[in-house]
Amino acid sequence: MSKQASTLFDKVWDAHVVRQIQDGPDVFFIDRHFIHEVTSPVAFLGLKNRNVGVMYPERTFATADHNTPTINQHLPVQDPLSANQLKALEENSAKHGISHWGLGHAQNGIVHVVGPENGITLPGMTIVCGDSHTSTHGAFGAIAFGIGTSEVEMVLSSQCIMQPKPKKMRVNVNGILGKGVTAKDVTLYIISQLTTAGATGYFVEYAGDVFENMSMEGRMTVCNMSIEMGARGGMIAPDQTTFDYIEGREYAPKGEKWDEALAYWKTLKTDADATFDKEYTFNAADIEPMITFGTNPGMGQGITNQIPSGENLGSGKATYEKSLNYMGFHENESMLGKRIDYVFIGSCTNGRIEDFRAFASIVKGRKKAEHVTAWIVPGSHVVEAQIKEEGILDILTEAGFSLRQPGCSACLAMNDDKIPAGKYAVSTSNRNFEGRQGPGARTLLASPLVAAAAAVTGVVTDPRELM
Amino acid sequence: MPKAVSRKPTYMAYDKFTTLKSTAVPLPIENVDTDQIIPARFLKATTREGFGDNLFRDWRYNGDDTPKADFVLNNPIYSGKILVGGHNFGSGSSREHAAWAIYDYGFRCVVSSFFADIFKGNSLNIGILPVQVSPEFLNKIFLAIEADPKAELEVNLEQQTISIVATGESESFDINGYKKHNMMNGFDDIDYLQAMKEDIQQFETQRIY
Ligand code: SF4
Repeated sequence: MSKQASTLFDKVWDAHVVRQIQDGPDVFFIDRHFIHEVTSPVAFLGLKNRNVGVMYPERTFATADHNTPTINQHLPVQDPLSANQLKALEENSAKHGISHWGLGHAQNGIVHVVGPENGITLPGMTIVCGDSHTSTHGAFGAIAFGIGTSEVEMVLSSQCIMQPKPKKMRVNVNGILGKGVTAKDVTLYIISQLTTAGATGYFVEYAGDVFENMSMEGRMTVCNMSIEMGARGGMIAPDQTTFDYIEGREYAPKGEKWDEALAYWKTLKTDADATFDKEYTFNAADIEPMITFGTNPGMGQGITNQIPSGENLGSGKATYEKSLNYMGFHENESMLGKRIDYVFIGSCTNGRIEDFRAFASIVKGRKKAEHVTAWIVPGSHVVEAQIKEEGILDILTEAGFSLRQPGCSACLAMNDDKIPAGKYAVSTSNRNFEGRQGPGARTLLASPLVAAAAAVTGVVTDPRELM
Repeated sequence: MPKAVSRKPTYMAYDKFTTLKSTAVPLPIENVDTDQIIPARFLKATTREGFGDNLFRDWRYNGDDTPKADFVLNNPIYSGKILVGGHNFGSGSSREHAAWAIYDYGFRCVVSSFFADIFKGNSLNIGILPVQVSPEFLNKIFLAIEADPKAELEVNLEQQTISIVATGESESFDINGYKKHNMMNGFDDIDYLQAMKEDIQQFETQRIY
């Protein structure tokens, strides 16, 4: 009997099903579990109430990132509620034998940055975390997605969750990206085409030359944003770029184990005749540097375009108008030249070394616009160290910028890094929801290049003009 | 305003859900994301109680904590255990706190023409029934509530139907059999998983990582 053609997603999913429940979800085994201070305390409380332990503590990794300050991390955390959550993470980890990278630890950083950076994230794995951008890890050919706290409790207590198998979608982007067009622009473009609910119920595979030619960091940016079009997650087949990235990292397999792993990883690709429930194909040449103008990540467009009119939106028109109203924008206006107040570069979307290199490539030899406040926040201590070693910090300092310490920061504004009400921020993070970066804050999502161009000119600027 | 009910943080996950007949609160906004349902700055608790107070915080209150008169939760003519939202309800962050806030405020059922995946899963895990209806039926519900804020909806989980009591119009909804059984009996997944630990152990030994 010939084997049925399967997709990359099928191969990884099917290898993790412990049991299929009739007319119900699959009992799905999880290889790696990341936890952080915000979504784990109630899960540990649940374990305590049920009087059960952590089944495989070596499969869970804890890092503090969501509410941590990005200055003076050596001092006690000022906010008592945040301090309490950090303490709970530390104590719960210690009690259950989970490795914990707390504030100040050399490997501390944003959960989706430190996982790959330390070789914890590997192809063919299943990875979950109580944070929706867990989809980042899909860049390695892993099935990775965000879960709720009840599910965190399930993974801690049984290393499994209950999941119905999602449908399959493939998004192809072919051709060569133009000047100034980055991975972030590719993902913002795809989301603008599919809308924020366009991939709900699906798991996405990204394919085509654009992704094949992309660095691991770029692939992480793309997979990270999969959730913003409603997808459970996104993944890219592992290839030589993936293997080169992983080799030698602390938790990566070594020696004979490496050879074995590599042989397996090479089988992780979609068979030629496998089918998807839905498929889209885009052309790289159609993608410009992108920027969002509204209050969800699907409301983005090429930076030189005008804000679309809501004419044909039917029942969605009221929501569209509410959104533009919140942003203080109007239909048919140009985004170029709009004055901005803040720039945020960081987050698990664009807080890795390549992002800071890109930012520095534009600000080099220029000066920060006087009225702009810039928060430059590395995704981890490792990234912070690289910024210093590579001389990027000198470029930044020269241009009037300063560097903060690692953490989620203004991506979700749980700490003090909040954009004030009414102010405009060009952000390299992933969400422009109302109030996401602080009550009343107005977020324009963009790439590090667009953020850099805005930081030095003080207005929305096409980065290609400064390249 | 519906009275906030606080649930105890015990492992008895939630009360059984069989039928629910109630007035409903209309929120005809699309793409309601979990950052609106519960803003991140209120996620600092280490227990799951009390989130209802901050449900839709920034739509519900001004910066100085005075209620915004035009927001539906501040309008005393609307109340009930059913929240009716626009298309793509619950997108964005995976925070289960969003579902806790809705539950803690007193809702047991959310109706929309489309739900974001993680929100839907989280809701089912904590005892809120997400009922997905057609856009046409959703519109009928909004119109019924507009005509009479005290219009009742009736949700029957066994039959998988939702109806507008006054007009008798009804539609059926989907839910997988396993989740339905759980909700109707107040069971949760963790008990199920605990009971199959040996299978899981067996499986684990074969993993390459
Ligand atoms: S940077 Fe933002 S999206 Fe990423 S883990 Fe932190 S809060 Fe979540």
